[in-house]
Amino acid sequence: MKIALFVTCVNDLVFPGTGKAVVRILERLGHTVEFPVGQGCCGQMHANSGYRAEALPLVRNFVQTFDPYDAVVAPSGSCVAMVRDSYPRLVPGSASVAGRTYELSELLVDVLGVTDVGAVFPHRVTYHPTCHGLRMLRLGERPRALLRAVRGLELIELPGAEECCGFGGTFAMKNAGVSAAMLADKCGAIVDTGAEYVAAVDNSCLAHIGGGLSRRTASAQAIHYAEILATTPP
Amino acid sequence: MTGTGNIVARKAFPAAAKEKLTDTQLRANLRRATHTIRDKRLRVVGEVPDWEALRVAGAAIKDDVLSRLPELLERFEAAATAAGAVVHWARDAAEAAALVTDLVQATGTTEVVKIKSMATQEIGLNEELEAAGIAAVETDLAELIVQLAGDTPSHILVPAIHYNRSQIRDIFTRNGLSALTDDPPALAEAARRHLRAKFLSAKVAISGANFAVAESGTLVVVESEGNGRMCLTLPETLISVVGIEKLVPTFRDLEVFLQLLPRSSTGERMNPYTSLWTGVTPGDGPRTVHIVLVDNGRTDTLADEVGRQALRCIRCSACLNVCPVYERVGGHAYGSVYPGPIGAILSPQMSGEGANSTLPYASTLCGACYDACPVRINIPEVLVHLRQTGPHPAAERAAMRALSWTMRSRRRYAAALRAARRGAAPVRWATGGKVRRLPWPMSAWTAARDAPLPPKQTFREWWARERA
Repeated sequence: MKIALFVTCVNDLVFPGTGKAVVRILERLGHTVEFPVGQGCCGQMHANSGYRAEALPLVRNFVQTFDPYDAVVAPSGSCVAMVRDSYPRLVPGSASVAGRTYELSELLVDVLGVTDVGAVFPHRVTYHPTCHGLRMLRLGERPRALLRAVRGLELIELPGAEECCGFGGTFAMKNAGVSAAMLADKCGAIVDTGAEYVAAVDNSCLAHIGGGLSRRTASAQAIHYAEILATTPP
Repeated sequence: MTGTGNIVARKAFPAAAKEKLTDTQLRANLRRATHTIRDKRLRVVGEVPDWEALRVAGAAIKDDVLSRLPELLERFEAAATAAGAVVHWARDAAEAAALVTDLVQATGTTEVVKIKSMATQEIGLNEELEAAGIAAVETDLAELIVQLAGDTPSHILVPAIHYNRSQIRDIFTRNGLSALTDDPPALAEAARRHLRAKFLSAKVAISGANFAVAESGTLVVVESEGNGRMCLTLPETLISVVGIEKLVPTFRDLEVFLQLLPRSSTGERMNPYTSLWTGVTPGDGPRTVHIVLVDNGRTDTLADEVGRQALRCIRCSACLNVCPVYERVGGHAYGSVYPGPIGAILSPQMSGEGANSTLPYASTLCGACYDACPVRINIPEVLVHLRQTGPHPAAERAAMRALSWTMRSRRRYAAALRAARRGAAPVRWATGGKVRRLPWPMSAWTAARDAPLPPKQTFREWWARERA
């Protein structure tokens, strides 16, 4: 299967390791991954911050870049939710490629029918379901099922897991105080689990959570779940 | 016509929220209360096998009402008038409050009993009556607490949610209601003794309505305490203030809403006191019945194709109880009688005045409100829509435009990524990779969390080197 990787702008610049992890997982499963270099940002930040006109060229660029592919995968719940939920309303004719755009766990579990990707990660991990993956994509158990199949990994339940971490894109800046209060509760819940890692499907939320954990000098670290799934036996 | 009254925020949400965040007692009270109702709601909603179908039906009935509102309003007026009620129309809050005040003054009374009502809070009726020398006694327990405290409600359903029981005992004691302990039954007993005398002497009652049935001219009030029932049956005159979106077409439609509302609001299977009345019934209840239909910005809201779904709202408060933002700051931070997620889309649509334009940003777009809404109002969608149609700060607009311009060209975008990656190198060297402090505007980020730094190679540089 020819799969196009939409790495997302945040991952391209700040978390390239997550993009590499997706490539590694899919190639290990025998698939060909392409990276169309014309890709940019999905336009979510512009659209959700109220800049519809500024988002439109980015949306059109995505549609043009990825339309030729059978399947598009992105290691981000919120970018995929933007494509699937908002694109058809923003740009006519985008519904087709939007329907073929998957968050990594959807591609692995639903399209490729895999839950065990052969990873080994002997650590205690807790999982935070990020809001757009949870409520817009309805990822449900998919990411957890993938993590449970990882050898050596102990998955610890996160109390209040479905509560937002307080990132919310520009919300973290515009309503910094409320965002920080939500972050404090999320970090507290993570630390209380005793997990070494908190995994999620979105690096934007993880940058916020990870930054909060590191500010508290907590021993728990944020990690994108693709990077766990990409691990191999030593 | 633009709405007026207690729906206009005076202070920008971020500033108001910042003040509230320092109140740790408030946050503890809110956390406890919202989580209790949240869990209760989840339990009773989970019992209903066709809950999703009910939500769809509730939304469809309300959408039908909104699509033929003028026709249904006229039908309601005709039916209510035929049943002996007097129907009045008010364009905005000021007009509605003045109208009700005139009606009360015409009876010659100086004290009225009130049923908990969002519409009367919205139009600022108590303030208007007080200015005319008329005392309005709130009879809902939580509204009474708020009134005695000289405060304003902070929640649609639980107006005193921001108080715990020992604070309530103190409020009662200050107002001469003897409550020796902060035991809830003792507090309720003190309120009961205080209110009973009011019920027996009142000549005029004022209510809102949860629903107004167009075909029959019937009004419906849904409450838990029975105090509303006292107000609806004992006084001679009953005045009801009703938003024009409260209509349902037929009596049968109530079947859907009387299932949706109690489970979503109080987390009860059935509502304890559901009162319905149609005009005047000789020998039973009030002899004079007035109905004041209020627009106050609702027609403006109806004109917006995306935003009009906010008018489906049945004021259950489920969205407040699940909202992580509301849970941290409470209702007062929203500056309107309609707080929380629904307030963030309703207040700015009903009135563009004051600081209401900051309300659509009072959300992380987490979507918990949409999932909880019994009439499927897509609150995140409306929030984004209002952000897209509202005003923006000039500096932010310039930055967003520049970013969009950069990102829409492959060459410019790649160059910008490279520049950002290179720019990070000295910062990484100076900080050891852990960025604890950044200059404005990024200082808003580093105030509460460390910032990540781009590593030495972007993904596309790695791809070009390794794969292409």
